[in-house]
Amino acid sequence: MTFKHSCALIALMAGLAPAAYAEDLNALIWCDHADPELLEPFETAHDVRVNVKEYEGTAAGLTLLEQSRPGDWDVMVIDAVDVGRAVERGLLAPLPEGTAPTSDYFPEVRLDDHVTIDGTTYAAVEKFGYNTVAYNKSAVDPADMTSLAALWSGKYDGRIAIYDYYLPVLGLVGLNAGVATADLDASAVESLRDPLMQLKAASKQVSDVVGSQTALATGEVDVLIGGGEWLTAVLNAENPDLDWTIPEEGGLLWAQSLAIVEGTEKPELAAEFIKYVTSPEGQARLATSSCYWGMPANKAAGDVLTEAQKDILRWDDQADYLTRAQLYPVPDADTDAGMQDLWTDMLQN
Amino acid sequence: MSIEAQEKRQGVALVTPALLWTLVFFAVPFGAMALMSLAHLEGREIVQGHDLGNYLRIFTDPSLRRGIFVSLEITATVTVISVLLAWPLAWIIATRVPVRWRRMVLLLAVLPFWTSYVVRSYSWALVLGEKGVVMNALVGLGLLAEPVQIMATRAATVTGFVHFFVMLLTLTIYSNLIQLSPNYARAAQDLGASQWQVIRLVILPLTLPGVMTGAFLTFVLCIGDYITPQILGGNNELTLPQLIMLQLGRRGDYPMASALSIVLMAIVTLAYAASARWLKMERV
Repeated sequence: MTFKHSCALIALMAGLAPAAYAEDLNALIWCDHADPELLEPFETAHDVRVNVKEYEGTAAGLTLLEQSRPGDWDVMVIDAVDVGRAVERGLLAPLPEGTAPTSDYFPEVRLDDHVTIDGTTYAAVEKFGYNTVAYNKSAVDPADMTSLAALWSGKYDGRIAIYDYYLPVLGLVGLNAGVATADLDASAVESLRDPLMQLKAASKQVSDVVGSQTALATGEVDVLIGGGEWLTAVLNAENPDLDWTIPEEGGLLWAQSLAIVEGTEKPELAAEFIKYVTSPEGQARLATSSCYWGMPANKAAGDVLTEAQKDILRWDDQADYLTRAQLYPVPDADTDAGMQDLWTDMLQN
Repeated sequence: MSIEAQEKRQGVALVTPALLWTLVFFAVPFGAMALMSLAHLEGREIVQGHDLGNYLRIFTDPSLRRGIFVSLEITATVTVISVLLAWPLAWIIATRVPVRWRRMVLLLAVLPFWTSYVVRSYSWALVLGEKGVVMNALVGLGLLAEPVQIMATRAATVTGFVHFFVMLLTLTIYSNLIQLSPNYARAAQDLGASQWQVIRLVILPLTLPGVMTGAFLTFVLCIGDYITPQILGGNNELTLPQLIMLQLGRRGDYPMASALSIVLMAIVTLAYAASARWLKMERV
């Protein structure tokens, strides 16, 4: 190899190598935070590399934290309704005053009761949406989708997929049975066994986010219970017939929040990251993340999002949707175990 | 120092790195996992203990118990179908394909190994779907009046597995076949055996080590696989690895996940014990 070739190779390798940053920020996240479009402005502005690790389900996230050493993780995305669980286990640090002002937030998703414990705020709500019914409007009658009962009517047997996450789907099955999510205790959960098994019998598959998107996009199924804008928005350009609605029985409101992990050695940088993500620009980028879309908690993001993006997010309908949606169930340990046992039985039978 | 003692010391020195490796990366983690399987979850806390409650639950809870049977049924089906398809393929490559083309044919045989498991499984999901290539062809040719469901069934999982393991088995059987001297077949033919008799009575028994080794590897890899049933099976039944992932990912129930993993290892150990008589790794 000549000197010229060696130089060219080194230059090429330098170009391919990741950019060097002064420091790292380790984030335990959901997949929407892995989008380089979201992270890059923060990384450039603060000369920091954000290392992300995705996790699924609060129990798994909390176990990960408990098995890590203090300082391994700096920030964490967590279901807003589960912040209390994490604080109880001493896993989250208080947010410094003024980290995420909520004056511009949609009032319904500030969720102070969940993110502020004994007067101390531990997390900032950053994104929300709905677990409800997503469907292909060219294959089903949209009028049917205004009621959850349609899924048990027999008309759509074999054309339904169930989103593989027990909390929202059991919440929806409960709503159809007239049980509010806040009332889902151990005995109420057991009463959902029969309707859940009937739903499974009427369904073709139970699938995760990618599997559900693939099934809807390829026409494998026409209806997805547990789906919503977070699932269909990214497919909108490909297939505008994929739609979602909140039926008359209601839907479930999911709200994710961002928190500083207890024991971090970079609390200031972690707070800066939360400030960025909850800023109008960060919110707009997070709302339209390549993994899944969702409403920004901060209304000021509306000034950054395009009209087309706001249309897909149904920006103007939020006032109505928010009044009809209920929060995720927040089960205690025993109820949670009962829900997961029921879910395993449903999958296995 | 005698030559014998010197050789002994050399032998110990050569074996020590592998022994240490096994101790650090297998024996110690296995011990930790076995210990964890005796703990239990109380609320959301892991409580260390020494009871067999998790194991008892695996064999009494219908959903967990069924996981064992689902895994065994799928694995047995995949192994049998893969052997039945791979043996003739390996035999054709070893005896009917000209030597100069064999390398190319073997290369084609291992092509599926070059793609990731996830990509391969999602590709099968598109192929086997109701609007996929298979159904479009069958309906287009008039062989089916309307599409039938393959995707999100056990048949889809088995198809995805067989696609991969036929190639693995073909390689192990092929490498066994080409080591056989052609004189065995010639001698049998000289004694009046037909072509079919030569295959059935001479070649087939002699390739048993290759078949059993490939079948054992298929069994081990198949029963421990999570991705293929997760993507292709549509979560309509759960295998042992899927149940393990549920405990880890959803419940944070490390003790139950450990107990299920020990059961999985016990099944593999039993499979090894059952086939050890025929397993001759050095022959393949």
